[in-house]
Amino acid sequence: MSDETNTLRDQIQTAIDDNPVILFMKGTPEQPMCGFSARTVAILQSVGQPFAAVNILPDPRIRQELSGVSNWPTIPQLFIDGEFVGGCDIVTEMYESGELHQALGVEDAPAEAVPSSQAPEPAPLTIENRL
Amino acid sequence: MSASGAAATPDELKQRIEAGIPGASAEVTGDGHHFNAVVSASAFQGLSRIAQHRLVYDVFGAEVGDRIHALSIQTKAPPSGAAANSHSESIA
Repeated sequence: MSDETNTLRDQIQTAIDDNPVILFMKGTPEQPMCGFSARTVAILQSVGQPFAAVNILPDPRIRQELSGVSNWPTIPQLFIDGEFVGGCDIVTEMYESGELHQALGVEDAPAEAVPSSQAPEPAPLTIENRL
Repeated sequence: MSASGAAATPDELKQRIEAGIPGASAEVTGDGHHFNAVVSASAFQGLSRIAQHRLVYDVFGAEVGDRIHALSIQTKAPPSGAAANSHSESIA
């Protein structure tokens, strides 16, 4: 294994560690080059949490090394707080179930999902208003 | 379409998933390049969603992204049994 390969993998790992939300994708958020990447970007934008994006297309070694890091064969790949979350299918499922909002630390659940069959949850904490 | 390997078919993918994962049954649709697989398997019980999807990808190894251009996966543990896994109550 060459030094260059190790360096690239280190750079990928550093990017994952340094960015709370990072998406490795084909193309850019402005110009996705694959339907799965486009859908994942649209979901993240709809949740409204800023995210870093890495285009894997310019250099095939990025994808190769990324898959070595994540043990995941396909693109896109989403990482939150340094942890691999999944690809387009899993991100879609998590969006629909509200898990993605939770993982991203966003309060609002998606409007179209989660039928409210349960009683509303009690407030998690009672916060005394001291103002 | 390459001369060496015939194009992948939904039926081939279904058979390989069912042969490769213990207790699996799969429904696969696709056009020879893009596929969608809905897989239920007893082997999924207790596994995270990521681990379940990895089991399916592992059946095809390096073919995913190559001969099998794209493979969408939905997994679920079988409904029977006490330890049925939570997610994937799809509305279909």
